[in-house]
Amino acid sequence: MVAPVKSPGHVAAPGIGGVGESAARPDGTLKVAGEFAYASDLWIDGMLWGATLRSPHPRALIRAIDIGPALALPGVRAVLTHEDVPGRAAFGVDGVEDQPVLASGQVRHQGEPVAIVAADHPETARRALELIGVRYEVLEPITDARAVIADPERLKVQDRGGVTRYQPVRVGDVDAARERADVVVSSEFEVGIQDQAFLGPEAGLAIPSEDGGVDLYVSTQWIHNDLKQIAPCLGLPEEKIHMTLAGVGGAFGGREDLSMQIHAAMLALRTGRPVKMSYNRYESFFGHVHRHPALMRYEYGAASDGRLLYADVEIVLDGGAYTSSSLNVVGNAASLGVGPYEIPNIRIDAYGVYTNNPPCGAMRGFGAVQACFAYESMMDRLGEACGLGPVEIRRRNAVSQGSRLATGQVIESPAPLAPMLSRLETMPMPPELDASDPRNLPGGVSQATRGEGVVRGVGYGVGLKNICFSEGFDDLATARVRLEVIGGEATALVHTAAAEVGQGLVTIQAQIARTELGVQRVTIAPADTGVGDAGSSSASRQSYMSGGAVKAACEAVRADLLDLARRSLPEAAHVAGGKIVAASGAVLAAVEDVLGDTVIEHTREYHHRATERMDPVTGQGRSHTQLALCVHRAVVDVDVDLGLVKVVELAAVQDVGRILNRQALEGQIHGGSAQGLGLAVMEEILVTDGLVRNPSFTDYLIPTILDMPPMRLDILEYPDPEAPYGLRGAGEPPTLSSTPAIVAAIRDATGRPLTRVPVRPEHVI
Amino acid sequence: MRVTITVNGSAETVDDVWEGESLLYALRERMGLPGSKNACEQGECGSCTVYLDGVPVCSCLVAVGQAQGRDVRTVEGLTEGPPGDAGEARLDPVQQAFVDAGAVQCGFCTPGLIVASHDLVERNPEPSDAEIREALAGNLCRCTGYEKILDAVRLAAARKRTAGGKAVRS
Repeated sequence: MVAPVKSPGHVAAPGIGGVGESAARPDGTLKVAGEFAYASDLWIDGMLWGATLRSPHPRALIRAIDIGPALALPGVRAVLTHEDVPGRAAFGVDGVEDQPVLASGQVRHQGEPVAIVAADHPETARRALELIGVRYEVLEPITDARAVIADPERLKVQDRGGVTRYQPVRVGDVDAARERADVVVSSEFEVGIQDQAFLGPEAGLAIPSEDGGVDLYVSTQWIHNDLKQIAPCLGLPEEKIHMTLAGVGGAFGGREDLSMQIHAAMLALRTGRPVKMSYNRYESFFGHVHRHPALMRYEYGAASDGRLLYADVEIVLDGGAYTSSSLNVVGNAASLGVGPYEIPNIRIDAYGVYTNNPPCGAMRGFGAVQACFAYESMMDRLGEACGLGPVEIRRRNAVSQGSRLATGQVIESPAPLAPMLSRLETMPMPPELDASDPRNLPGGVSQATRGEGVVRGVGYGVGLKNICFSEGFDDLATARVRLEVIGGEATALVHTAAAEVGQGLVTIQAQIARTELGVQRVTIAPADTGVGDAGSSSASRQSYMSGGAVKAACEAVRADLLDLARRSLPEAAHVAGGKIVAASGAVLAAVEDVLGDTVIEHTREYHHRATERMDPVTGQGRSHTQLALCVHRAVVDVDVDLGLVKVVELAAVQDVGRILNRQALEGQIHGGSAQGLGLAVMEEILVTDGLVRNPSFTDYLIPTILDMPPMRLDILEYPDPEAPYGLRGAGEPPTLSSTPAIVAAIRDATGRPLTRVPVRPEHVI
Repeated sequence: MRVTITVNGSAETVDDVWEGESLLYALRERMGLPGSKNACEQGECGSCTVYLDGVPVCSCLVAVGQAQGRDVRTVEGLTEGPPGDAGEARLDPVQQAFVDAGAVQCGFCTPGLIVASHDLVERNPEPSDAEIREALAGNLCRCTGYEKILDAVRLAAARKRTAGGKAVRS
């Protein structure tokens, strides 16, 4: 195999730090030095550049494609259309293969790939795209999600069309409970389309291999699931495709679906040359799925003391033209639709629908984010109607260990929501606004006033997220660990296919190896298909799953090491600090002396406990493996004259079961909270008639360092006995709860109802 | 068109520059310096920030022709001297502070933030939080929520003051 000049390599983790310590990232030095090989940095002699022609229309029939002029352009090596797909014509991330590799006969969303080009130079490839003639017959796009539910047979954007998944949840008798309720509140809510906006563009390199296969270096979240989708479309057995994870510049769900993988491989196989593809930011907005927009109707009834009697809920999620991960997004929205509150009577109707709007799939929080905005807004309304504050209404209805979720699933591990809220409530508040420095005002130095119209508000939000995959899916993880003496020092090599996307999994893997094997020197091999499936870097699951697999493999290696030691040192009992130690604590020998030339290697698979599908009629079932809570308090200043919002402070309390690396964990909570802030006040893909109006960082705004306030964190450790080290997945929960907390604070400041996110200036003036 | 630029101290020449070719493209694709990043290529994210004659710029917005005869310093050029015995880079204090403070997650924004932060602590040895925020407002990060980046800049400035022993403002 010919490796690229710039390619992913082993990262040494020579630092110190086992589980529980804030060990440094093994790839940190490479990243700060500009030496880390991201997918868009890959380079190899003789490589071509690939480019993608995309549909300008959200819905149109393709009457003809003329590639002749493009092929005639000097420097162009291949122009391919749907006719050139070697194998299956379509793929899909969750087993529903309805997304065409290249559009055939019809395009169903703006930006759908129609043709691909390979050329000597990226600029030549771009010009060739302009020379491809596509004759479209434009159709009126289907864009109204509720209309699709009302008439799914007529409003079909594809054969499968209509409703992706309808998932009801039925508990008790809502209508009877409504008769008994002292207080009833209801509202409609809307969540706009959020983009993952990872900074590293979709990119990768495909190199034809000598056996007729292809080597792929790509940035993805799940190598083996990519492989499963790519191989049939290329008409190749999986063994002929070798995949290596290239450096990933953020993911947040947006790299679960394929982007350029099959295209680059097709071009490489056709030309016999390596092909690199790298999207620009404009293309990236069309090159990956987004967070589903949601339309929601909620009605809650309660006794006069605030205790919830019933919830009547409808959630509509628009997934765009293809299935992507909509089936599971709907499952999450339904099962977590009323959040971590005890409600005896529940009726939830959750729908996913197909439209010609932008395609939607996985994003951090995955179906739980949308519902969380609605149910938390409802808790505030209910509290107000009952004369209770936002914290008290939540505390009165909070779940705890032993409570049942809407699905009937019993929460078996700690769920300390009420104490978390109490801790949050007593955290210190930020100082009053000092308007003498304009940088403190909403709008910052662009402020044109002295802050006369600024009002402060405080709000709370609670989020409940499932950790790991749900509904019967066995999302296993595999790890290979090798222990040997290299250069006189015992060294552990950890090899998994798990995607490091920035979250710090490589750090955790090294920490686990140090703790379990008692050695300091750990090397992390590049993630590739040379080892078994690791599952996806999503659902906050990799510390749990790949962490669990690394721990299990290390335990097997350690057992062998101790067996080896006992041949000459019968009292050998533990490995610690690089030594073989007796039960008494006496040091018997160095690990290096026991190992000598022996190499100990083990591969282990890790599985979480099995889950069940939700009942299709009642929504009942133990569908989740682990659940995690985060609570936020937001303080905002709102300029009601200018329509400007400044988030002054975010405080969060999160239970993580066990802290593996506090520094990395804090980074996850900060970053997750920031994405929730973005959804609350600025981030939205604006769509008119199926067309995206703001596909750039000029017009799609994500929080800057001026937008993100200081945070106070209180991290709790209530161990989950089912999970490795007692840990609880941590990456997603803060993304849920920061959004409703911020919107509640804006409501508190302005008195406005604010039923949609992101909140726009005209909503607060 | 042929363009010659001093990059990280050495003269680099590129031929057949095409119209519209950016300094970022030339650095990444022609000079083997992909440290400067291509996140938006329209001057919004700051991940391609380099020094041009000592002033931080978005290299995606500079036509490579504009850099003719000028001095460019990239994130790769902040690393001091050749790699050490173990092959490790000798990091600038700002680079080291980003590692130590946990300011790096996916790291795609990091090179641009490091150049911008390097410039800040050179100009202002004791920046306030408000000054750090102002200086880094043009650099987007999607992973960290910026808290650890603030920590990193504070740490780098403090270490620089201690190491310099004389740069502390009265």
